[in-house]
Amino acid sequence: MTITIETVQHIAHLAKLQLSETEMFRLADEMEKIVGFADKLSELDIEGVKPTTHAVAVQNVLRDDELKPSYDREKILQNAPERDAACFLVPKVVE
Amino acid sequence: MTTYEIVVGIECHVELKTKTKLFCGCAAEFSDDPNRRVCPVCLALPGALPVVNRQAIEYAVKAALALHCEVQPFSRFDRKNYYYPDLPGAYQITQMFHPIAKGGYVDIETTKGSRRIRLNRIHVEADAGKLLHASGGIGGAGGTLADDNRASTPLIEIVSEPDLRSAEEARVYGEKLRTILEYAGVSDVKMEQGSMRCDANVSVRPKGDPVLGTRAEIKNVNSFKALERAVNYEADRQIDLIEDGGSVVQETRGWDDEKGVSISMRLKENAHDYRYFPEPDLPPILLDPERIKGIGLTLPEMPEDRKSRWIKELNLPACDSEQIASSRFSAELFDRTVALGADPKTAANWIMGEWTRCVRVKGIGMETEPVKAEHLAALLGQVSAGKINNKQAKEVFEEMFDTGEAPEQIIQRKGMVQVSDTGALDAIVQQVLADHPKSVEDYRNGRTQAIGFLVGQVMKASKGQANPGLANQLLAAALEAMK
Ligand SMILES: [Zn+2]
Repeated sequence: MTITIETVQHIAHLAKLQLSETEMFRLADEMEKIVGFADKLSELDIEGVKPTTHAVAVQNVLRDDELKPSYDREKILQNAPERDAACFLVPKVVE
Repeated sequence: MTTYEIVVGIECHVELKTKTKLFCGCAAEFSDDPNRRVCPVCLALPGALPVVNRQAIEYAVKAALALHCEVQPFSRFDRKNYYYPDLPGAYQITQMFHPIAKGGYVDIETTKGSRRIRLNRIHVEADAGKLLHASGGIGGAGGTLADDNRASTPLIEIVSEPDLRSAEEARVYGEKLRTILEYAGVSDVKMEQGSMRCDANVSVRPKGDPVLGTRAEIKNVNSFKALERAVNYEADRQIDLIEDGGSVVQETRGWDDEKGVSISMRLKENAHDYRYFPEPDLPPILLDPERIKGIGLTLPEMPEDRKSRWIKELNLPACDSEQIASSRFSAELFDRTVALGADPKTAANWIMGEWTRCVRVKGIGMETEPVKAEHLAALLGQVSAGKINNKQAKEVFEEMFDTGEAPEQIIQRKGMVQVSDTGALDAIVQQVLADHPKSVEDYRNGRTQAIGFLVGQVMKASKGQANPGLANQLLAAALEAMK
């Protein structure tokens, strides 16, 4: 499968990434290799094999509706690139 | 000229009233102190692992059963990927491929008759955080503040088929949905506070055309009245557009109720590109029929069933039944009051009258049970025994509503008695007749309605304590005697 520059641009747009032209060509190349690696799977005959969504066959892992202490706000905000006293601060969003 | 048909489908997000969030033990309850109910799980920090809240699944199943859906024996969560600052993980955990319930319906009644609105599905998903506007901010340009208290609180999304054919139907559908979910007891279902949020997909087409028109999605609707207005506005806008030779663009529009207009929010160009994939951190949910049945047994008697029972067994008029059944709280108050021996029609009148008025005027939540059935039944007993009159009873009711006190206590405290003693009333009657010779003369000249005024004067002179029936009797007798 070929990864075009348009595909890279589209994915970069969805991921909100700004890429230079050099980066885009490099990524197209790298992504093609990754997808090509996964493409190997299509060489196998998987007729009748159910898709695996989970590596371990468990189900109904549920918890009771019981309150647990939340984190301290300072701790929550400590890695925020920008913040005010109580919130994460991000570039202005136009609704 | 072409006649157009309005086609509406509604997606309704409903907050489940669990104590904790969908995937972690943080409190789900609203807080206006930002980021106090947050942990690495609801922030979707790398390595943090979500675990599904059992109660959220049970509430979702309960809602699904109340809406006649088929609860799925197998359901699973998926990631919906998109970037937005109210979504800390840049993905929302939802159920795209295997929702918890499919099908179902809501029966509605409008001025045009009754119709069955089909549901497409119900799925469980995590809510987003909240964005607030900041004055300072990055680069001094002003910024946006993210508060994640609400992030990852549990929602169900109820998706209808595009079966609604008018703005009125859209409103009635929303109201009926609220009633059913309130009965099911799975949510506070308050539109104004955002615990129930309805988005309407609106399109128009020439009447008789089987093909659906291009639709616009209307968001930010904060009441059922606003929903009706927004659908009407949107249909008119689309018809105008088509009549002018233009075409409808698929987009999301925000409703501004104050201005009565909707504004385009963003084109849904990437709608197909959420890159859904199965949530690897959450194993599937398997529900066996026994378990589903067990949850169904916890549902109370639903509005339709109560209505028909009241009409059939209590002879209650259909419109009274409809009104009282429209809220679980009025329905339960009614059933309990009648069970305590109150006359059904009288109890219904009080609930539709004073109770509804007090709830509205005082802005008290019905769910707080401001008046106990025992108290209402006792009050009606006092009236039917002739201990107090209707006017006094209204005063007692309001006091009961405000203080939660028993009616007997209030009556005693206020020194209320209904004067049914002929001797005591006779003196007042004689005084009133002496004070109002004009009315007496009117009566004698054949204007018998003058007696109404005189009864009013007796009530006033007795400080509202006279038995009005008796006052009327005594006055009539005295006036006849004077003829
Ligand atoms: Zn949390």
